[in-house]
Amino acid sequence: MNLHHDIIVVGGGLAGLRAALQAKFAGADVALITKVHPLRSHSGAAEGGINAPLANNPEAKDDNPEAHAYDTVKGADFLADQDAVDILTGEAPEIIYETDHWGCPYSRYENGKIAQRYFGGGRYPRTCYAADRTGHYLLHTLYEQALKHQLKIYEEWMCLALATEDGVCKGLIAYNIREGVLVPMSAQAVIMGTGGHGRIYRNTTNAHINTGLAMSIAYWAGVPLKDIEIVQFHPTTLARTNILLTEGCRGEGAYLLNQDSERFMKRYVSKKVMELAPRDIVSRSIMTEIEQGRGIDNAYVYLDMRHLGEKKIDEKLPGTRELCLEFIGLDPVKDLIPIQPGQHYTMGGIDTDFWGETKMKGFYAAGECACISVHGGNRLGGNALLETLVFGKRTGQKAAEFVKQKSNSPSPKALDEALKKLQAKQQELHQGKGTENHFDIKNQLAQLMVEKAGIFRTEKELLEGKAKLQELKKRVKNLAPVSQDKRFNFDFIFAMELQGNLEISEAIFEAALVRQESRGAHFRRDFPKRDDLNWLKHTLVNWTPQGPKLCSEPVKIIRYQPEERKY
Amino acid sequence: MDQITFKVQRFHPDKDTKPYLQDYTFPLKPAMTVLEGLYHILEYLDHTLSFRSSCRAAVCGSCAMHINGKYRLACNTQITSLKSKTITVRPLLHLPVFKDLVVDHTDFFENMIALKPWLIDKQPVPKEEYLQTPQQRKKLDVVAECIMCQACYASCPVAGTDNKYFGPHAFLKALRFVNDSRDAAQMERLAQVAGETGVFRCHTIFNCQEVCPKHLDPSGAIAKLKMNITLNRLKGKLKTKP
Repeated sequence: MNLHHDIIVVGGGLAGLRAALQAKFAGADVALITKVHPLRSHSGAAEGGINAPLANNPEAKDDNPEAHAYDTVKGADFLADQDAVDILTGEAPEIIYETDHWGCPYSRYENGKIAQRYFGGGRYPRTCYAADRTGHYLLHTLYEQALKHQLKIYEEWMCLALATEDGVCKGLIAYNIREGVLVPMSAQAVIMGTGGHGRIYRNTTNAHINTGLAMSIAYWAGVPLKDIEIVQFHPTTLARTNILLTEGCRGEGAYLLNQDSERFMKRYVSKKVMELAPRDIVSRSIMTEIEQGRGIDNAYVYLDMRHLGEKKIDEKLPGTRELCLEFIGLDPVKDLIPIQPGQHYTMGGIDTDFWGETKMKGFYAAGECACISVHGGNRLGGNALLETLVFGKRTGQKAAEFVKQKSNSPSPKALDEALKKLQAKQQELHQGKGTENHFDIKNQLAQLMVEKAGIFRTEKELLEGKAKLQELKKRVKNLAPVSQDKRFNFDFIFAMELQGNLEISEAIFEAALVRQESRGAHFRRDFPKRDDLNWLKHTLVNWTPQGPKLCSEPVKIIRYQPEERKY
Repeated sequence: MDQITFKVQRFHPDKDTKPYLQDYTFPLKPAMTVLEGLYHILEYLDHTLSFRSSCRAAVCGSCAMHINGKYRLACNTQITSLKSKTITVRPLLHLPVFKDLVVDHTDFFENMIALKPWLIDKQPVPKEEYLQTPQQRKKLDVVAECIMCQACYASCPVAGTDNKYFGPHAFLKALRFVNDSRDAAQMERLAQVAGETGVFRCHTIFNCQEVCPKHLDPSGAIAKLKMNITLNRLKGKLKTKP
């Protein structure tokens, strides 16, 4: 007997939890599977805040959803779909109030209202925050609601494949990590609510769990990846470890300095904007300083928070101080902090609409693994947490409506086929005849992605990267036998994830090669200008046995015609 | 390059009758953390090693372990800070071991869940946010920062002898809601932690406070809950017997 739930949500972070809760509120039989305990999800690592035009800050009295939408679209370099952005910003206040009513301990103003700070690319201070642990507090709040509503959670279960029949999703094959068994789970609707692919880059801020496997599972099953070439690099990650230091530091007034103690951002943006330009621009500016010899040790620049003073740092950025002290032994109250850009966010992902629906009936996605697209070429800080909740909720709602129609009948055959295929793959890994260490391949891939598909790209480098990737794909066919252990077998888990890593990386190279322009975080040195005539469109990559197949879709433009993006 | 030796406790419930230490020696990289050491072992020396980890930035609570005699997070512990050529890594004590360094945290979470760790909202719920002053909000600092890493729970001798004892983490969580001006169930919460498996079972040994990798203060939370309970008993608001 297969396990059955009407809706199965994959992922225990904010998007997954919010989707599952909404489905539960709508009366559906829903279960959530997550490869780590929900509180270990990477949403908890978000620091700086969540955007909403609440206009609580006196400097934001004119703020409104339309202003937030414009900033988001401009930040996205006009690649965001404007209908989806309107939903994101229009539903933002309601979703913030909801999390307040659920107990999220937002920081406050004297009048009792939720405090808001400046973030990059925003004209008003609209980033609601809970010190610099906003993600932690939101994740705990959502988890608390999951407990309250007795959400069924399969903890330390991961999804390894979708079961499909005639292009309709019939469920998934889960892997119970504690017991080492593959479990077919039948469902009328599956919602991917997982994270990004950060770990395919060596210099990522992302957790070890963020391998993007869910994206590759959808991709293999025939759902296209959208704008997958577009990858965000956060400007301020700790040198060497690439642990995130929030944009909130700059929001509260921190400077970026080069080796001459110069606030170099003046060279790249207006004096009014300086360090608070969007992330893509700040990251490129830092890299330019380093390339032109004004960095420190040719590897980093400084984040200077000293002038903020101990009181403000302890009140508004306590987590940042702790991270600096623990991970680099420096105190931002008196020391300059060496930082460098690092991979941070996956703008692209599983192609969905603003209800989380994909081109596959019965299959939905929300959160970082999805691409609606509200972030387009570059996501604004504070919009990711917002997206998880707004679109998690909508996706849960839509899936619940869908299962009420009972139009997707179970298919034991589809589950059985998917299981057999996976068992064959598992056997192949266990009986490996080669000598290659898949962890070594993973580490080489991560280095390759930094070097060849990083902040600055050229056709030559992308082609070199693609060729090297093919070598890695060959090596992966020659793996040493993978452990057959039944309990917490990370050898097997990472080996499976590597298969997905390589597919996603290949899609990134292909799409980055065809997008012969520079837009948002995708910067081609050989095509340094944005090209609206040819490239104001989303790339879609489809998986085929012969390799990635590309096509495109138009961007939804409503109110804001593309204009020069100047800050 | 200096060499470092990890002595890692191994245990496989299907094969081993008792845990044993296994040695792994490898070159120490600059600024290497214990978690990076464990990953080096997993990736290059022994693919069968099991341990939990996620964020590697001391916010997710996955990787609390017993490292050179103390409970710590593997991710924010620099190997050189331990000032030893040998690093001994064991799972959290008192908790059943699933495998190697991976423990069963069922009781840990169930005990917290028994305390209804969610906001019981004050009615009527406002249209916008609840108004909460910065002073009221300040009472949630520290108590709401717990990452549920289990270091305190594993170090607590009471929790170690009675798996029904709520545990320091659960008390921190309880105080987080008792302190929240938006919560409507203060007396109910106090009554619950005043019970048989509650705060009065604490032996005030302060292990929890000493080991907390986030420098939080579960011992202080227990003391505050006790004080709150006593005051409310005196005022006649709380009917439970001492």
